[in-house]
Amino acid sequence: MSKTAAPQAQDPIAVGRIARKFRELSARGELGLVAYVTAGDPSLDATEQIVLTAAESGADVIELGVPFSDPVADGPTIQRASDRALRAGTTPASVIDLIRSLRGRTQVPLVLFSYFNPILQMGLQKFADAASASGADGVLATDLTPEEASDYRAAMRARDLDTIFLAAPTSPDERLAKIAGSSSGFLYLISRTGVTGTRDALPEDLPALARRVRRFTKLPVAVGFGISRPEHVSVLGGIADAAVVGSAIVDEIEKSVSAKEAALNVGSLIRSLKDAARSGISRRGL
Amino acid sequence: MSSIAPSVLGSVPDVRGRYGPYGGRYVPETLVAPLEELDRVYAEASADPRFHAELDMLLHDFAGRPTPLQFAEHLTEHLGGARIYIKREDLLHTGAHKINNCLGQGLLAVRMGKKRVIAETGAGQHGVATATVAARLGLACTVYMGTEDMDRQRLNVNRMRLLGTEVIGVESGSRTLKDAINEAMRDWVTNVRTSHYLLGSVLGAHPYPQIVRDFHKVIGEEAREQILGKENRLPDWLFACVGGGSNAIGLFNAFLADATVKMLGVEAGGRGHTLGEHAVRLTAAGGFTGARPGVLQGTYSYVLQTGDGQIATTHSISAGLDYPAVGPEHAWLSDIGRAEYTAVSDEDAINAAKTLARVEGIIPALESAHAVAELIRRAPKMKKDELVIVNLSGRGDKDMETLSRYV
Repeated sequence: MSKTAAPQAQDPIAVGRIARKFRELSARGELGLVAYVTAGDPSLDATEQIVLTAAESGADVIELGVPFSDPVADGPTIQRASDRALRAGTTPASVIDLIRSLRGRTQVPLVLFSYFNPILQMGLQKFADAASASGADGVLATDLTPEEASDYRAAMRARDLDTIFLAAPTSPDERLAKIAGSSSGFLYLISRTGVTGTRDALPEDLPALARRVRRFTKLPVAVGFGISRPEHVSVLGGIADAAVVGSAIVDEIEKSVSAKEAALNVGSLIRSLKDAARSGISRRGL
Repeated sequence: MSSIAPSVLGSVPDVRGRYGPYGGRYVPETLVAPLEELDRVYAEASADPRFHAELDMLLHDFAGRPTPLQFAEHLTEHLGGARIYIKREDLLHTGAHKINNCLGQGLLAVRMGKKRVIAETGAGQHGVATATVAARLGLACTVYMGTEDMDRQRLNVNRMRLLGTEVIGVESGSRTLKDAINEAMRDWVTNVRTSHYLLGSVLGAHPYPQIVRDFHKVIGEEAREQILGKENRLPDWLFACVGGGSNAIGLFNAFLADATVKMLGVEAGGRGHTLGEHAVRLTAAGGFTGARPGVLQGTYSYVLQTGDGQIATTHSISAGLDYPAVGPEHAWLSDIGRAEYTAVSDEDAINAAKTLARVEGIIPALESAHAVAELIRRAPKMKKDELVIVNLSGRGDKDMETLSRYV
């Protein structure tokens, strides 16, 4: 495959909250921070407080995880969070209700982050209608690749929902082109082979991987999996448009004894990550 | 709808791994390139006479193929109906059909330059077969097994360890096969450059359902030739148990184009009809609840699940049938009416194991006992000139702790 220019740059959807946010960040030369929270962990009320605090503390985009019983792409931290959320009775419909409630109080871009089966069981059309009406901005399904996603993409795009797909270190160039062509909003780059979870260091081959991905897309590139500390975020500015932090946030929620404490702890983690994003290597040189 | 043309039956899966609407490839992006590599290497190997020669040698000298097709004279007399033949996969090395696929995939792993294999196991038969093949081919091996299954299949845990395999207990979920597959997939996505995931049933993302079927179709090919030799005609019925469905597909495949051969897959009815008490995905009659098409662990098929798409827990006395989804080719064979599916309770499976032991001198695996139980139910109503082949997919040694409670 040749280095085709990214057609999605002209996509009419690219004027949503996600695209606007990345334009603002780009104008400021600032690395974005995407924060992941499992919805309903430990309750939907707690998630609402945590999301609002995360947004106030500097999270640029928030991924709300729809809990699934068999999260094969996730490590132990998010598996436990999914279990807690399911035990609390969280359903895809209740996560969408949470978005409706959040949308009355914040304009932070919100992405539904799910495995495919819960979306499929609600029905692609019904899910797209409900998610869009609630004020969600995008959808990401971890176990859905572009090849299996044509109905899904059509349903989501028809409701102006961005479809975010993942790229991996194992993806060859021809797949990166396909993934870029199917994505809108941003492209999620998996930093390493493996499941979600905190790690000590960034992979050494990450800069080369990110450069390879950029040959296929003009979309903002968010890097996730193993990004947990301010020092990780501070060096990502030279590599990516945003850092995705998930398990480190979920860890804080797990350690907290109340929703209030969880929100406070997540808030201070997000501030330290965002400080690192602002003071680290600038995006302007890219 | 069994009027479907044989050429259509022979064409599944399509290039995207679809059996009608079922199958496909629903995995995290990291696994797509390795699955494409597997697909490519499998195609190359399939066209390579040396690959077939090596596999045939291992199947013959190491695993013990061909297995006998035994006329079950006493069971036939005892039931007083159809003439019953037993395909003796229980006589294979390691005690079940599973080794057919493990030898094939083990050779593929070597061909891909992978030094390590990962597997999941429920009853432990696939784990033991993988551990055995890894030892034979000089590969490192890690097997994931739910701790509930480790308790009820302790003998197989010890066999795997003796063979040099690392057995890792899985505590999540219902601590059975589904949870072991999740952990195996997590290991694979992490070590994908060095390890091959040796999946043990006709499940998972394309090309696994096809590869596993193809390595097991020797069961049906042998049985077809053997029954023609002994009876000079095709059987009227094939019986096999269905968890993921590998032994059943292995037997059915060679007969799919023979419109007169009826096929019966037997699922685990467990101890009740409500969700959580059984592992029945395809049996339309009988009032079992909770199965709808959905996506689990890489493939689109019938899945036991809640209304919100959360995967349900299952129950079966046999660990190998205790799984919420069924192979996508079975889902399709069921939809088009080419195969029929039914369910047998824990209790009936135990009784069938006892009957087969006493009447025929064979102690079956509890999985295979489900097929025998349905045979015991139906054979007396069949005509004396009807011919049945039942696949005895495994032997019962591993189940002695469970069976000894019922002696």
